[in-house]
Amino acid sequence: MSRIEQVLQTLKGQGRKALIPYITAGDPHPDKTVELMHTLVAAGADIIELGVPFSDPMADGPVIALACERALAHNTSLRQVIAMVKEFRKDDGRTPVVLMGYLNPMEAMGYEAFADAAADAGIDGVLTVDLPPEEAEDVAPLFAARNLDPIFLLAPTTTDERIRAISEHSSGYVYYVSFKGVTGAAKIDVDEVAAKVGHIHELTALPVGVGFGIRDAETAAAVGRVSDGVIVGSVLVDTIARNQADTDQLKRALTDLLHPMREALDSLAS
Amino acid sequence: MSVKLTEEMLSALPDNRGHFGVFGGRFVSETLMDSLMILEKEYLRLKEDPEFQAAFDKDLAHYVGRPSPLYFAERLTRETGGAQIWLKREDLNHTGAHKVNNTIGQALLAAFLGKKRIIAETGAGQHGVATATVCARLGLECHVFMGAEDVQRQALNVYRMKLLGAQVHAVESGTRTLKDAMNDAMRDWVSNVDDTFYIIGTVAGPHPYPLLVRDFQAVIGRELRQQALEQAGKLPDALVACVGGGSNAIGMFYPFLTDESVELYGVEAGGHGIETGEHAAPLCAGRPGVLHGNRTYLMEDENGQISSTHSVSAGLDYPGVGPEHAWLKDVGRANYVSVTDEEALDGFRTLTRVEGIMPALESSHAVAYALKLAATMDKDQMVVINVSGRGDKDIHTIAQIDGIEI
Ligand SMILES: Cc1ncc(COP(=O)(O)O)c(C=O)c1O
Repeated sequence: MSRIEQVLQTLKGQGRKALIPYITAGDPHPDKTVELMHTLVAAGADIIELGVPFSDPMADGPVIALACERALAHNTSLRQVIAMVKEFRKDDGRTPVVLMGYLNPMEAMGYEAFADAAADAGIDGVLTVDLPPEEAEDVAPLFAARNLDPIFLLAPTTTDERIRAISEHSSGYVYYVSFKGVTGAAKIDVDEVAAKVGHIHELTALPVGVGFGIRDAETAAAVGRVSDGVIVGSVLVDTIARNQADTDQLKRALTDLLHPMREALDSLAS
Repeated sequence: MSVKLTEEMLSALPDNRGHFGVFGGRFVSETLMDSLMILEKEYLRLKEDPEFQAAFDKDLAHYVGRPSPLYFAERLTRETGGAQIWLKREDLNHTGAHKVNNTIGQALLAAFLGKKRIIAETGAGQHGVATATVCARLGLECHVFMGAEDVQRQALNVYRMKLLGAQVHAVESGTRTLKDAMNDAMRDWVSNVDDTFYIIGTVAGPHPYPLLVRDFQAVIGRELRQQALEQAGKLPDALVACVGGGSNAIGMFYPFLTDESVELYGVEAGGHGIETGEHAAPLCAGRPGVLHGNRTYLMEDENGQISSTHSVSAGLDYPGVGPEHAWLKDVGRANYVSVTDEEALDGFRTLTRVEGIMPALESSHAVAYALKLAATMDKDQMVVINVSGRGDKDIHTIAQIDGIEI
């Protein structure tokens, strides 16, 4: 069983929901990323989604696009991001890490070299925004052989047929994108999400994480109620942008954001 | 060195997932997959629908003014002193470039799909103008995304789009040119996918765009073939077209791919020179990667980050290229070359002075290369240049280079 599956199964046994924060590696500076990852865990993260910066983040809104620009201003490369996870693993062997990004940096590194390095660093899952399962045929066996969970997106526009097919190609969890739009938009409609996630649960046994539009304890709890976990991204990245200059203050601000979400999610269990 | 392509090989391309060999495909976020699959299905159906094709042909004839002439450039031929130089006059189309062939086709598709809101990206502004034009005619809401740098250097086209009723969104992110405009168009599309049709301006993007844009532009090559046989009594020996995303080039080349005797030359933007790294020539100096929904040759750094590009012509200032060109390069059917900004400007001046035809700066790249090529060929041979657009939009840029305020 992969580390992601273990964590999600344990949570499920406890009747709890996963809190999955996203930050962009290298933002505000490559030296800070590992420290911030530990902060996220201390504040209640169950799984970390670590963004790999890309020059052309087409599925992201301005908040994460600017985080990519900040990270790339320090030349944060995929190899460096992998090294950050290796560093993180020295002190944390428990928290799963999912790399989230776009295909081209991985293609440039070479799929086999990437899979080897990712497994060696203790990376658990890979979510590639612009890689639908149809195009992942070459990559999938490389990941499977190294116990890397391929995590794919489901969207409001995904048909039942595709939900089934995508789930078959996924392991760990599937990521439901809560609305039609880019990251950071404020369009989430909780009733709509509840209906669709309920339907996804009928079509796959995999846990369903929901992301896009979750920005406080209230939205986290509302979405947590109907899913297996919530992914929180732009609101954290925006906090990083606003507290770049002072790392201690930044860590406090991130903690202040995640803590209430953790509590709100755990209050669902009782 | 050419390989022999057969009709059978070509009819299998792209495959049912949009691949030209290892290139092409559909690399987009999940939200767009359903729309792309519906578009593909509807397009493949309409492609065989005589009513759709008749509507397309009618618009090309009466709205665009096709066929565009094939013109023998007699004086230019004499001055160059080699092969006969002929011009395929896409610059004479309504709106001034080949781009309109495609926007007419895609607007018809949008109408069949019942979409009322149109978005487009544009570099030089020619595709934006062509899109705004068809939207004005059909009463569709039109949003054009354009890099902030291009908004400046193509101010005339920006104003044309506004006059036509389109909203022009200046894109400030990234390198503020065509690739960033395409990113923002994709973002808009994801956000408004239910009611919006994205009219992509070149043979790039996710499947089925490279296929359908090529089909709409292939009217150029079909006409040329017939005109060459009628006017010159033979097929041309060489075809030369500029390559940004590659739509005017593929439109010209496609109907000749199985004609081994016809050499194909795609001319990329060499900018300040390939050796300086400041250019927009992914086929000449890039490597395969994935951007904007397809696998193709890209300009990128060793970490897979897309490089910034440079060209004097906004319409060629793009780090990728259509996947079918990537395939044609790898199988050796077409030659991809580059000319610098300076050579292109010389091409512009030569065609203007010698034939009284002012080509777009994009097309001037094809002119510049063709003049070099023709000089090495025999007098009984025939070179055709695709004059993909007219230079009116570039007068401002050229005046600036000449140090003249207009
Ligand atoms: C006149 C003209 N030619 C060529 C191009 C390049 O596009 P493509 O390579 O798709 O023909 C443009 C793009 O704006 C253009 O305006």
